[in-house]
Amino acid sequence: MARKISMKDAINEAIDLEMRRDPTVILMGEDVVGGTGSPGEADAWGGVLGVTKGLYAKHGKRLMDTPLSESAYVGAAIGAAACGMRPIAELMFIDFMGVCFDEIFNQAAKFKYMFGGKAQTPVVIRTMVGAGFRAAAQHSQMLTPIFTHIPGLKVVCPSNAYDAKGLLIQSIRDNDPVIFCEHKNLYAHESDVPAEAYTIPFGEANVVREGKDATIVAYGLMVHKALEAAEALAKEKVAVDVIDLRTLSPIDWDTVIESVENTGRLVVVDEAHPRCSIATDVAAYVGQNAFGALRAGAQMVTAPHTPVPFSPALEDLYIPSSGAIVAAVRRTLASGEGAGGHRKAS
Amino acid sequence: MANNPFPLSREDLLKAYRTMRTIREFEERLHVDFAKGDIPGFVHLYAGEEASATGIMMHLKDNDRIASTHRGHGHGIAKGVDVRAMMAEIYGKTTGACRGKGGSMHIADLSKGMMGANGILGAGAPLACGAGLAAKFRGDGGVGISFVGDGASNQGMFLESLNLAAVWNLPVIFVVENNGYAESTSVEWAVACDSYVDRASGFGLPGVTVDGTDFFAVYEAAGEIIRRAREGGGPALLECEMVRFFGHFEGDAQTYRAKGEVEELRANRDCIKSFAERVIGAGVVKAEEFAAIDREVLDLIEDAVRSAKAAPLPTAQDLLTDVYVAY
Repeated sequence: MARKISMKDAINEAIDLEMRRDPTVILMGEDVVGGTGSPGEADAWGGVLGVTKGLYAKHGKRLMDTPLSESAYVGAAIGAAACGMRPIAELMFIDFMGVCFDEIFNQAAKFKYMFGGKAQTPVVIRTMVGAGFRAAAQHSQMLTPIFTHIPGLKVVCPSNAYDAKGLLIQSIRDNDPVIFCEHKNLYAHESDVPAEAYTIPFGEANVVREGKDATIVAYGLMVHKALEAAEALAKEKVAVDVIDLRTLSPIDWDTVIESVENTGRLVVVDEAHPRCSIATDVAAYVGQNAFGALRAGAQMVTAPHTPVPFSPALEDLYIPSSGAIVAAVRRTLASGEGAGGHRKAS
Repeated sequence: MANNPFPLSREDLLKAYRTMRTIREFEERLHVDFAKGDIPGFVHLYAGEEASATGIMMHLKDNDRIASTHRGHGHGIAKGVDVRAMMAEIYGKTTGACRGKGGSMHIADLSKGMMGANGILGAGAPLACGAGLAAKFRGDGGVGISFVGDGASNQGMFLESLNLAAVWNLPVIFVVENNGYAESTSVEWAVACDSYVDRASGFGLPGVTVDGTDFFAVYEAAGEIIRRAREGGGPALLECEMVRFFGHFEGDAQTYRAKGEVEELRANRDCIKSFAERVIGAGVVKAEEFAAIDREVLDLIEDAVRSAKAAPLPTAQDLLTDVYVAY
């Protein structure tokens, strides 16, 4: 039965259900229990933002606080995965990936190929992504493109509670290493979520709004910005497809291409930086594979090529806005073949 | 036959000798064939260090996991990885342990508990912690063994792992194979503390240093700390002071070493020679028995090279298999 719950609770529920189902699922990370060895509550925190709160009471020692040693414990999760466990390692912020990247991209990502297909590494690395928390340059990045570049890694970034639960359960059951990116500004976002376990397959985008004038491709928080933009555009009688990629590796090219073939115009929205991003990737792929369908050049809406600024006044300018998306849709409608003459929504 | 004064049965003494001799001949043959241009890529040889891998691995079973180094051939052979599959891997053939996709620096066989040689120095230490963690959850008494050289003992990944293993009380042994050189850089210069026992102690681990060219010293020290780890006593560090007969990699002119250093080591610190002398001297094994093993090992290596050379190379269709491919 579906209830309205937050993305934070959906993630907690997914972990709980999988830990009940499969005794090899374990969870480790800094403060995932929160309070180990301290004089107060044994599970005081349940994660720095409380996402894993309550799981220690249910699963005890299968949840492990760690020293502040990301290389050691992320590597240990990967090693345990190669030895038959299904560990979930929580890396608090994706910005910390720099201190343990070797274990992810040289070890976990490569084992299967480098060992001739004779190893599997079913590890999930959960990590917070994204700006908007006034958390400044080292706690706010959207580093998804770095991981999509690495063969052997799967990269997931849900936009809502329902998808988060189904995609996390799929991630835990998947036999490849998965980088599971949780946008910290979506933790409180609520949607209808069934109480039971379910999976959402990787590589299946979700068309969250349909329209024939342009295609907006987004993921994570940007899906919501795109929907706001779509709402505003509807008032101008412009109807857009909004595609939530959900998983970035694998990526659902078919849905993107099919939409562009219908609309002829593409706007890609990415909270990452503009160069070598999901935005450039999608734009390039469509340019190479559906050039004939495009009636105008693809438009990209991204964060600027700067670190994430601290001051709220600057951070609000940094994050791609629905206004910027509306402007990009208008730009594509005003350029190229049939400029200004797009079909009006009835 | 005389009474056996050693802590191993006669059969195990013969097995240990065979393992060490196999490693030695494997490496000596690679040295020759590399110089001929038969071997692609980087090759780091373990000759001279056989007593460490063998003295430790004699205590291990398949459900004990090791995380090896770039100098991993000896670890693989001692852990029971098929010698022919290893040779074929080094030749980049489909019959290789990793079907030609790993090479010398990435030989692995998870079914034998060999989690892989590793081209990233120190990266195996966290993986061994994971192996120990998995064993702890399974409750099967298994251990994880992390091998690093003196060079990688300065990596953050390694040092973090010492602390993590102590904090989580993992059944993990950290073996520092100190051959005196990080590539060309002396351990005397690059490791600031005087003793690895002190370094272990700083992380809350017991540590022991042994003569890594003395098989029996390695065997006894490893046996004690592995038994302790299996029984829940937690991690430990074992430093094996050893010698490297070849350069960092094949093709290394070794101009950083003293003149005559390697010749002196081969003459006076050959772990296989000293092992054989002691065992024969005690009258437990006859020289002819070791000589027979020597011949069998040479035949095995010859066959491994011949079959590796004859084996098929991977083809274009192998390029895209064994990995998740998005496009």
